[in-house]
This record gives sequence, structure tokens and C-alpha cells, in this order.
Amino acid sequence: MKKPIINVEFADQGPDGKLTSRRRFLKTTGLLVAGSGLFMYSCSNENLEEELLTADAAADVRAGKVFNLGKGDLAILNYAYVLEQLEAEYYRQVLEGDYWLNQASPEEKEILQDLYYHEVIHRDFLKVAISSVAPPGKIAPDLIFDFSSVDFSDRTTVLTVAKILEDTGVSAYNGAGNLLENTDYLLVAGKIVSVEGRHAAAIGDLLDPGSNNFASDDVLVDLLGTGIAYDKATDPRDVLEAVAATGFLETKIIANNVPTE
Amino acid sequence: MNIIKFLDSLSDPELLTTPVSRRNGLKSLTQKGKELALVSIPFALAATSKKTAAATKAMPSAMFQASPTEVLQFALTLEYLERDFYQMGLDSGVIPADDENIFVLIRDHESSHVDLLKAALGGNAFDAPEFDFSGGLGLDPFNNYAQFLALAQGFEDTGVRAYKGQAGALVDDDALLEYALQIHSVEARHASQLRRMRGEKGWITRDNNTLPPAFSAIYAGEENTVQLGVELAGRFPNFGGVDAVTEAFDEPLTMAEVNAIAGLFLA
Repeated sequence: MKKPIINVEFADQGPDGKLTSRRRFLKTTGLLVAGSGLFMYSCSNENLEEELLTADAAADVRAGKVFNLGKGDLAILNYAYVLEQLEAEYYRQVLEGDYWLNQASPEEKEILQDLYYHEVIHRDFLKVAISSVAPPGKIAPDLIFDFSSVDFSDRTTVLTVAKILEDTGVSAYNGAGNLLENTDYLLVAGKIVSVEGRHAAAIGDLLDPGSNNFASDDVLVDLLGTGIAYDKATDPRDVLEAVAATGFLETKIIANNVPTE
Repeated sequence: MNIIKFLDSLSDPELLTTPVSRRNGLKSLTQKGKELALVSIPFALAATSKKTAAATKAMPSAMFQASPTEVLQFALTLEYLERDFYQMGLDSGVIPADDENIFVLIRDHESSHVDLLKAALGGNAFDAPEFDFSGGLGLDPFNNYAQFLALAQGFEDTGVRAYKGQAGALVDDDALLEYALQIHSVEARHASQLRRMRGEKGWITRDNNTLPPAFSAIYAGEENTVQLGVELAGRFPNFGGVDAVTEAFDEPLTMAEVNAIAGLFLA
């Protein structure tokens, strides 16, 4: 039995790949030392399954503290489900916080409540969708979150974190589109991602009304030298690293079989 | 020309795939634009009737399956339409100073999208057709800011649906699919901003809208509550109900449905 190591290497290692891999490893280790809640296990065997985990890790899997996203389209659906859980839980706590309860304007209250509803609907829909194609053990569990670092009484904090989550959601779905094999899943991802884009724009505008913040150069990227006019498309491993860096997600996610092409 | 004949003409390889000289291409496109406009006005108007909507939905999706080149050309026409609309708006002085930055940004984005699509199309690209933003309804958006905003919203919401409807046609080309997705969500950002500037929510509730009735085709089908065969209506009574369910998912339009809308604005 191979003992899994904490790593985020997914691709084949060439001479240059090793260097990248090492940098990535060090970066991630730094995150972990800083208290990140997200680990990834890697193994030369592409078909790593739970039996390759240590006994302790296996116990954690059973306890719902560790989850392996799986592979193929299932992994991408689980990945989306993880992100929707994160968003839904964030807005649930926003709606219990002092900013939303006592400070927000009627428009801000409505927008944040709508966002909560939409993310709950995305989350629960994905659970149903995954359940229809995968056995219970292959569906991500109800994840454990820690938003204690967020001051829910502070307007700028609440909206800034919301914007990061929405922008991340957009780039995550954009980056996952060509990893999906099933075109029905691709279409439904498309139906969700544009709503996340609508959210991101509205939150951006609340933070700086009337500005370019709904689609700003800070968030968008250039393609082929045609100008900064495109949302990012981010690979799952990079999104998960970014999520790890927030410290919001306590459940450990194993993502080494998530498709990369 | 009836609608079925028109749909056939959409797959006319002479228009969609043959690299032609610019002059001929423009002429051919202008002619096609006229045909499109001719058939699409009654179609778009009639689309308000349930019978027509049902007939449209019943058409097999394979009928609309396009090649990647056709998809890019379709997208290029839409991006030209948006870019020229915003440029004409900025040139006309109809936009209040406070809002100008927003339309400069959106115009820049659409212009970039045009350049990307032209680069991707290479010899299959064509120059911008001529547009008539009166929409066949005597609209005057470059002297009437309310109309300008309403059309802008309609174009962006249409753009979101148009890209979404073609994602499946790009699955065999990872790079093109990713580019299309990266444009698609930016159109959604634009739509959200413009909708909110008009006092609407940034997202689409059922098929509700505040555009002229002639443009109802832009929102037809947004009231869908079934995703991947799962009926979501009734599942979320404590989370905004059916309204929120329809808001949480944007729906696609077929190429023919989008062409019927865009055809209203081809000169």
C-alpha cells in the first residue's frame, strides 16, 4: 500500500514539469502550514481509489472529513457541487449577519437573498443530478465550512468575499466546460455559469456603483492579444488551491483524478 | 419565403462556409440579411403565440446543429451588431455622461470579441453587415436613451442565450469551446449591469421582461423549470419558489431563434 503524500501534481512529470511540480508542492505546503483545510493526495497510479489511502485517511473518508471527487464527468459534477455548497453556505451566513440584517439597503438585501436562493438551488439540483448517476459513496458529502475569518457585520467584507466567490465560480465553470464529456452536462453548466456571471456583475457594482466593476480589468483577461474582454477559465486544481487558500473549507478534497483535458 | 424555407437557407453553404471575396461576401450577406429580416419579423411577432412557441420547441435540435465555422460566423454577426450599436450610441451623444464609462467598456469588450472571432475564422470571416436599429418598429435608440438601454439589454440577454445554445456544437474543439465560454459569461455580466440600470434584477425571472412585446422571443423559454430531466418547480418553496428556480438557470436559444431576433436589426 502506498502512503499518499500531500501534493497537487496531476500531470506527467517531464524535466520541466518536475520543477513546476516542486514549486507547486512548496506553495501548497505553505498553504497547509498556514492552516488550509484542503489537502490533495497524489500517487503515480492514475486510478487511485480509497483503498490506497492510509487507515486513518480511510476513517476520515467514512467520517465525511475527506472526499475523493472521483474521475470523469462525475468528478466535475462533484467539483461543481463542492463550489455550490461553499457559495450557498456563505450566503446562508451572510443572511444571518448584522450587515444583511441591520445595515443593507433594500436592494442589497434582495440581491443577497436572491444569490442565496440561487446557490441553494444549484447545490440541491447538483445533488439530485449526481445521485441519479452515482452511488451514495461517490457523491460529495455535506461539507464542513469555517467562515469564522469573515466579519459578517462589515459591508465591504461581505460583498468582497461574495465577489471573490462569484468570480471564482465563473472561472471554475468556464475551465470545466471542455473537461465534460456529456453535452447535457455541458449545457447545464452553461445555464449556471451565466447566472454566476450575473451575480458577479451585480456584486461588483454594489461595491462601486456606476463604475466598471461589473466586468473590470482586474477580473477579466486577454485572449490572443485582442484585449481584456474575457472571463478567466481556470482548471479545477487551481480553483481548489485558491479555495484552499481561503481556509473556508474544512473537508479535505482529493482531486487527483479530476480530468485535466 | 416561409420559415422552413428560411431555415433551409441558413444552412446555405454559400453564405456560411465558402470563403468569398469581401465584396461578394458583403453583398451575399446583405441579401441574406434582407431575407432574414423579411421572414423573421412575422416570426418574432408570432412567437408570442403558444402555438408557434410549441412548434419551435418541437423542431428537432439536429436541424440546428452547425459546424464550428458556422457557429463562429453566427457569433461574429452578433458581436458586430453589439459593437456597432454601442459605437453608434457613443457617437450619438444619447448616453448621459455618468453612464458613458459603462458603454465604453462594453463597446471595447464587443470589439475585442469581434477581433477574436475574426482571428479564429481567418479567411471565413466577413465584414460587418449594415444594421438598422429601428428594429422595424420605428425605434429611435440614438435619440431616446430609454430605448437605447432596452435594446442593449435585449442584445446582451440574447447574446448569453446564443452562445449557450452553441456550446454543444463546439465540443470537439476544446480551445474554441473555452473561448466561447469566456465570452459567454462576459455577455452575462453586461446583461446583469444593463438590466439593473433599467431597474430590473440582474437575472431573468420566468420569461418576464420590460421590452416591447415584439421582442418577447428574447425571453421565450426562460420560464423553464426542468433541468437534466429533473422538475425543480415545487422543490424550493422556502428559497424563492419557481421564480428563483427560473432565475438560477439561463436558457439557451437555437441559432434559428437568435437569427430571427437579430434579423430585426439587419438593414
